[in-house]
Amino acid sequence: MAKITLDKIRHSYLEQPESPADWALKQLNVVWSDSGAYALLGPSGCGKTTLLNVISGLLRPSAGRVLFDERDVTDIPSDKRDIAQVFQFPVVYDTMSVYDNLAFPLRNRKVPERQVKQRVHEIARMLDLEDLLHNRAAHLTADGKQKISLGRGLVRSDVNVIMFDEPLTVIDPHLKWQLRSKLKQLHQEVGATMIYVTHDQTEALTFADQVVVMHDGEVVQIGTPVELFEKPSHTFVGHFIGSPGMNLLPCEIENGLPSFFGHRLETVRAVKPPAGASRIEIGIRPEFIRFADQGLPVEVVKVNDVGRYRIVEVAHQAHLIKLVLPEQLPVPERSGWLAFERDKTNVYVDGWIVT
Amino acid sequence: MKRAKWLVPTLYILFLLLPIYWLISMSFKTTNEILGTFSLWPREFTLNNYITIFTDPTWYNGYFNSLTYVVANTLLSVSVALPAAYAFSRYRFLGDKHLFFWLLTNRMAPPAVFALPFFQLYSAVGLFDTPMAVALAHCLFNIPLAVWILEGFMSGVPKELDETAYVDGYSFWRFFIRIFIPTIAAGIGVVMFFTFMFSWVELLLAKTLTSVEAKPIAATMTRTASTSGYELGLLAAAGTLTIVPGAFVIYFVRHHIAKGFALGRV
Amino acid sequence: MIDKTTNQRAWFLVLPVVVLVAFNALIPLMTVVNYSVQETFGNNVFFFEGVKWFEQILHSERFHDSLLRQITFTGIILLIEIPLGVAIALAMPKRGPWVSVCLVLMALPLLIPWNVVGAMWNIFALPDIGLLGRMINGMGFDYNFTQRPLAAWFTTILMDVWHWTSLVVLLAYAGLSAIPDAYYQAARIDGASSWSVFRYIQLPKMKRVLTIAVLLRFMDSFMIYTEPFVLTGGGPGNSTTFLSIDLVKIALGQFDLGPAAAMSLIYFLIILVLSWIFYTLMMRNEEQ
Repeated sequence: MAKITLDKIRHSYLEQPESPADWALKQLNVVWSDSGAYALLGPSGCGKTTLLNVISGLLRPSAGRVLFDERDVTDIPSDKRDIAQVFQFPVVYDTMSVYDNLAFPLRNRKVPERQVKQRVHEIARMLDLEDLLHNRAAHLTADGKQKISLGRGLVRSDVNVIMFDEPLTVIDPHLKWQLRSKLKQLHQEVGATMIYVTHDQTEALTFADQVVVMHDGEVVQIGTPVELFEKPSHTFVGHFIGSPGMNLLPCEIENGLPSFFGHRLETVRAVKPPAGASRIEIGIRPEFIRFADQGLPVEVVKVNDVGRYRIVEVAHQAHLIKLVLPEQLPVPERSGWLAFERDKTNVYVDGWIVT
Repeated sequence: MKRAKWLVPTLYILFLLLPIYWLISMSFKTTNEILGTFSLWPREFTLNNYITIFTDPTWYNGYFNSLTYVVANTLLSVSVALPAAYAFSRYRFLGDKHLFFWLLTNRMAPPAVFALPFFQLYSAVGLFDTPMAVALAHCLFNIPLAVWILEGFMSGVPKELDETAYVDGYSFWRFFIRIFIPTIAAGIGVVMFFTFMFSWVELLLAKTLTSVEAKPIAATMTRTASTSGYELGLLAAAGTLTIVPGAFVIYFVRHHIAKGFALGRV
Repeated sequence: MIDKTTNQRAWFLVLPVVVLVAFNALIPLMTVVNYSVQETFGNNVFFFEGVKWFEQILHSERFHDSLLRQITFTGIILLIEIPLGVAIALAMPKRGPWVSVCLVLMALPLLIPWNVVGAMWNIFALPDIGLLGRMINGMGFDYNFTQRPLAAWFTTILMDVWHWTSLVVLLAYAGLSAIPDAYYQAARIDGASSWSVFRYIQLPKMKRVLTIAVLLRFMDSFMIYTEPFVLTGGGPGNSTTFLSIDLVKIALGQFDLGPAAAMSLIYFLIILVLSWIFYTLMMRNEEQ
């Protein structure tokens, strides 16, 4: 077990990176504390897998250091880092039995056969693979194979971190849920640090205690699911997490208070934007807007009933704003006024939150 | 050790090129130099051997004959194998498995076994000594191979593609030509490579089925070696020229080969 | 795999293939069967002889010798070409500009007409004017493939390795490039040695293409005719007279149609049976 520190990590797949777009990882400083359950969330191509491969040692970063506790492991190969990784597509050794698959990492490290046996049975029990131990691994279903990949990581008692690279992609929907709760349960049993890469916010939010959100080769926020929801530190987080995403309204600052099309939003805390800011926006989640007797005047455009709540689209000037309303709350026929929850309304300058 | 890895393919390629180099270098030597002295490269550089070939009709006709039957065979094999492979990959029908197996067994028939019966058969139907005879005869091993490889490629194409097209109102042949064939283009490339290759390199049947009019280039060479004494320079030049079409074919399909191999059954 | 629908009209799609192949296969095969049970003294007069020719061939020392030579030759070239081809494929770069260059150069021998291959190796290996012959003699060996059986065998095998190893390389390389990177990464994390990577990842994943390689190499080397015929003419003596060379000698040289036809059928049958055995052995595990 170890704390993992990424110190000024940069990586480019090109020999000679020139523009910022050439960097797959721009500049990362992240500390993953011991035995945490992390999710690494971001859209495809944002650098998640690159980051994972830097931690596991499959890639050597162009710059920066990787520390396990205080030990610099930047130049240490994967097999000496005591890490485990589960890939998007199940990797099993086809010609081996399930037992031999699970024993493989131990045998490669010359662990005595008696210990191997004990350890393999222990892990098989955790993963409900006991009955299948002597079957050929090639004949298992996708979720069975993925369990084996996972088991090969868990079987070593000394793993620092277990990493999952979108491990549920090929699993049937009804088994996804099962396997996910299994992972959560394993995290509690084993206590190893786990990093779970996904582009699916539901997976990330249900698995992790801490979610690391990446965008364009940068980490834009690290926080608990609640923090990400209520106080996204970047407009990307607000937009990416939540359904529908956060409303972003362009505004100007007058006397320290933002104004939206000349309409001053008194409810928002006073802010002082830095000089030279080019883009100032107000971010408010649809869940934190209500109709009121006064406030921002809007036209109702569309009402969408999606079961226990309604998604209401309203417009001020040409700007669409979305609301998520519990079913029992009334929606005005044609026009009304909006009130924003004071604590949940944030101001963003060039994409980043201003506090 | 990792560093030395490139040595293996490099040495192998050198080994491959050595006899070819010897052939090419000999084609630029005079007969005197070949038989008289031992030299690693032509001392008296001469183009006479090539000039002989390009001015003597028995030589360049040989070329023309070979290319005619190889191209005819490739086109014929691929165009009949395409619908058949489609049938095997998509439908179950009476005797399908036996038929497929029977086709493959023909790939295992030694040409030497068929040489004499072929001679009689093609004489009987009046095709003897025409390029068409060779083109048809090479179908014996090229069609089974083409069906086999294409079936592998086609099985990799999801059936939904066909169904969507039929729902969209495509007729079978329009779908097959406009949609399906472009989809498996890489596979067709691989198949054409193989049919061209096996037809171009085969000689036993090609020689048996021709005498004067349709004699392939490779057979013309054998004649040189046996009748007009030891004209090694001429032989080497002709041999060098037979490598050229193959080299062209490889060059054109170079990107498809690795990909095509990986996709299909081959 | 795709689940197929039953459709008898699919026969129309395979009909052209069936007609063409049947024309080339069935009529000549019937001719061969016909000859194999008859005796002729010319003038198109035939007498029914039953299985006489089959018995004669099966008991003929000459046939036994050619068959033994054939099996030895095929065995040796399989033992050399398959491992060598796999080793070269493993050492090839996985991506980059050199891949195309390697593949193009390696495929070159495959597209040279077989008699040119024989002729090329002839002038390459001749002890007086050939580069190879000069080199080997220069190293102090007494090498002359037109006179010594051992040298003739060595040259024939070297020629076949030169000619066909690339086919194994191409197939093995295709098999290797189909393995996803994740397998190699997982193996690195699991601490697998390069031998384990080969044994448990690369070899199993190459199995299908290797089966094809073994089958093709087996069939083609068992039918080999043109290259050794041009190189050595089957000699010195009969030392490199393989089955096809022997068959052509009997059929076209001596015009013994009956025995030649009987031998053809036995020959064909041997290839069929051996191919089937190879196939079942290599695919045994798949069926479980």
